[in-house]
Amino acid sequence: MKSISSKIYMYILYTFLYLPILVLIVFSFNQSKSRANWTGFTLDWYAALFRDERILTSLLNTVIIAVCASVLATVLGTMAALGINSMKKTGKAILMGVTYIPVINPEIIMGISLMILFKFFVTHFHFQFGFATLILAHISFDVPYVIYNVLPKLRAMNPNLVEAAQDLGCNPRQAFFKAVIPEIMPGIFSGFLMALTYSIDDFVVSYFTSGTNVEPLSVTIESMTRVKVSPKINALSAIIFVVIAAIMIIRNIIENKKLRHDLALSRAARNEGVRR
Amino acid sequence: MKAPKSLAIPYAVWVLIFTVVPLGLVVGFAMTDQDGSLTLENIFAMSEYMSVLFRSILFAIIATVICLLIAFPASYIISRASAINQSTLVVLLMVPMWINFLLRTYAWMTLLEQNGLINRLLGLIGLGPYNLINNSGAVILGMVYNYLPFMILPLYSVMVKIDQSIIEAAQDLGSNKLRLVRKVILPLSMPGISTGVIAVFVPSVSTFIISRMLGGGTNDLIGDIIEMQFSGNSYNPHLGSAMALVLMIIVLFMMSLFNQFGSEEDVIL
Amino acid sequence: MKRRFLIILTVLALALSLSGCASPASDSDQRRPTEEILEEMGLDPELFSDYDYGRLYGQEITLNVANWGEYMSINDDEIIDVNEAFEALTGITVNYKTYASNETLYSKLLSGGATYDIVIPSDYMISKMINEGMLEKLDFDNIPNLANIMPSFLNPQYDPENEYSVPYLWGMVCIIYNTTMVDYVPESWSALWDENYAGNILMFNNPRDAFGIAQAYLGYSLNTESHTELDVCASLLREQKEIVQGYVMDEIFDKMEGGSAAIAPYYVGDAVTMCDDNPDLDFVIPKEGTNWFVDAICIPTTADPDNKEAAEMYINFLCEPEIALANCDYVGYSTPVQQAFELLDDDAKSDFRRYPDDEFLRENTEVFVNISDDANAYMQTLWTQLKVDNSNVWFVPIFLVCLIAATVFVNVWRARKKRRDDF
Repeated sequence: MKSISSKIYMYILYTFLYLPILVLIVFSFNQSKSRANWTGFTLDWYAALFRDERILTSLLNTVIIAVCASVLATVLGTMAALGINSMKKTGKAILMGVTYIPVINPEIIMGISLMILFKFFVTHFHFQFGFATLILAHISFDVPYVIYNVLPKLRAMNPNLVEAAQDLGCNPRQAFFKAVIPEIMPGIFSGFLMALTYSIDDFVVSYFTSGTNVEPLSVTIESMTRVKVSPKINALSAIIFVVIAAIMIIRNIIENKKLRHDLALSRAARNEGVRR
Repeated sequence: MKAPKSLAIPYAVWVLIFTVVPLGLVVGFAMTDQDGSLTLENIFAMSEYMSVLFRSILFAIIATVICLLIAFPASYIISRASAINQSTLVVLLMVPMWINFLLRTYAWMTLLEQNGLINRLLGLIGLGPYNLINNSGAVILGMVYNYLPFMILPLYSVMVKIDQSIIEAAQDLGSNKLRLVRKVILPLSMPGISTGVIAVFVPSVSTFIISRMLGGGTNDLIGDIIEMQFSGNSYNPHLGSAMALVLMIIVLFMMSLFNQFGSEEDVIL
Repeated sequence: MKRRFLIILTVLALALSLSGCASPASDSDQRRPTEEILEEMGLDPELFSDYDYGRLYGQEITLNVANWGEYMSINDDEIIDVNEAFEALTGITVNYKTYASNETLYSKLLSGGATYDIVIPSDYMISKMINEGMLEKLDFDNIPNLANIMPSFLNPQYDPENEYSVPYLWGMVCIIYNTTMVDYVPESWSALWDENYAGNILMFNNPRDAFGIAQAYLGYSLNTESHTELDVCASLLREQKEIVQGYVMDEIFDKMEGGSAAIAPYYVGDAVTMCDDNPDLDFVIPKEGTNWFVDAICIPTTADPDNKEAAEMYINFLCEPEIALANCDYVGYSTPVQQAFELLDDDAKSDFRRYPDDEFLRENTEVFVNISDDANAYMQTLWTQLKVDNSNVWFVPIFLVCLIAATVFVNVWRARKKRRDDF
């Protein structure tokens, strides 16, 4: 796969993926509001962005919703995974079947169905659209990802682990917290991260379940793209891009280092073997 | 010793209230009229919207096929790269995905507009301006751009497991490239393809924001029409629910066609 | 593992502390005198009524206001921010949201997601909402500035007893066009069907306004309830769809100002704004006649009852001459507030497209009234069909072929796989 044609292919593909974003970022430094004419460099849009209370509030809303929803979803999902893992066939199949629904169901259907449900709550109980509806909705689509991440870890766990812990003098509770939880922790953590990402990125479900008072960032962005467009959006995209790219690149560097280390180790081991 | 089953009870209650009941409400709304009496009118009224339904499915199929055609070689190339290059390429693929899809779609708006950058550049060499936005092509482009990683990632994760020695063996036995793809790589990457197809088709067929932003209101899809019944220009949640029900059935049909779902390990990224 | 926990905890703590910051610091300090606040805002206390705007100060009320996009003087450095001025004056927080059309507002109110304390629908929608019991009666003791409204705007057809609404701004529908792209002055609605501009025409993205154009062009009443007439309008719109670039509402600013489209129908006030931003643009009132509309401020029944007095205070505030002037300056629409009209510069006052005389309004314009539910539902259906209809007859066959191909492909593959597995 070192052939020239595949290299060219990959370059074209990644250009396709990055070009629009780069254009967006470049024009965040443009003096005029135009999205096609370059009139000069400015940082005004960034300053304007940080003065825009609506954007800042909705950013904060997004963080609050995503953190609350993913933490609660992680707790709920981990418990569910533990329970499901001990279930018999039928119960397991039913519960896992229902768990698929939020994953495969089109987001718009999830959005409108929850909207109808919350509307019902509003008319029958003292209830309002806002943080509560958003967090409830987000938990609902977050939990399956936690379950999917935790279950395989549970299944891969050595069944004798708990017994061993008990033999070593733990009571069942201690055994659970000292042996089981650490064993499945990587799964819980990646489930949490996934839930967090989905919550931060979500638009469709939030669009239908946010009321008047609480607006997550994605909903704000959508309403901004509908009225007179401001380069503030470009500035916002640029910041998001830089933050995400930085996180991903750092993660990648760390992983690559580990990878190189492993490779070197295995090579050394192989050489050792050859020498023998 | 195993964890008590009762730990799953809160979740079971949760899915009942927030997944099963809402879907039941959608079905209920679809089967009733404004006064709450039972009717099949909404379902029958769907026949008027068949063309938009067909268009949504058609656009989604086209987008899925294009994604597959682009993603297949790309995932293969990534899966054959060195381990370090692989992780870099995958990360590069995921970075744009983490930017809100509204912003990504908005970026295309600015590129494709009548006086957008592409038309400006074409103007420099004396071409255009072309109508690049507000047509079906732009909508499909938006789908492909947004959902391409959903196709590449599952394909890659399957292809990376194909042992290089199998490919070499096939080559040693005299397979040409086409035969190699058809007889070895394609069958082995089938699970990835079916996951990818679902992962691209489902959001494409139900999107409402891509068609609004890039289709300019002249290429409405079923998602737009559903949204219109709930918070848009014509308020009729009963009809909207009927449409949602039909959409759900289509998705179920697609799933049964590509019934790779069912293995719990299949998590779409 | 412990470190990861720490990270999560840190994130949580961060979020909590941020949310702590977000809650407004309790404003214990006393409200300053009205004059001082007004002067700081660049407003003339002389022109302000002696209404007691401070009486709800310190009660931490949040007022949810929903308005059309680009329809209030806010977020502009050069002109007063109306909401900021109101907040400074009253201590009430304004949570300002926008919607794209009357129909969208109606949906949002009904679908339960929205609880607005103030909405600003147009005439026909107001009478529809009154009929459906969606609007609250106003307490005019809290709105003495109703006296500022020109008498011709009181007791309008849509609210005959003037119980539910206070006029906000008004205007007509015009054709806005780019003089560098259109060779003639489009004095007739027919220009919107001119094939020379295929792909450069924009159209209203809401049924009532879009059908209104077709009705005006055909010489029908803008309030026709005849299904045959509506059918003719729908087929005319369908014909136009072939050459329309897009159906837009607020998106029009961007597209017309940026030169992405040549010609479009829109509201006069917004046309004024667009022409200010791009001198290539001009607008004209078509000779066949047009729609004359009034948008008025109302309180929906779903509003928070505790906020009603604050909402009425807001309505009164919007009728203050200087505030009304700021709004009509900023959005370009025409004001029904007498003193604000007098404060306008002469150019605006004498522009008959913005301030037509009564005779012109009588002869050339028609107001939308609430048409019967039946006609309305029929129009909605025609509109949805227009939006979904596509003349491309190939859709169904291509779709069926694709479906069959997919099924065959999958089944063949499955069969082959099965055969392989059997071996």
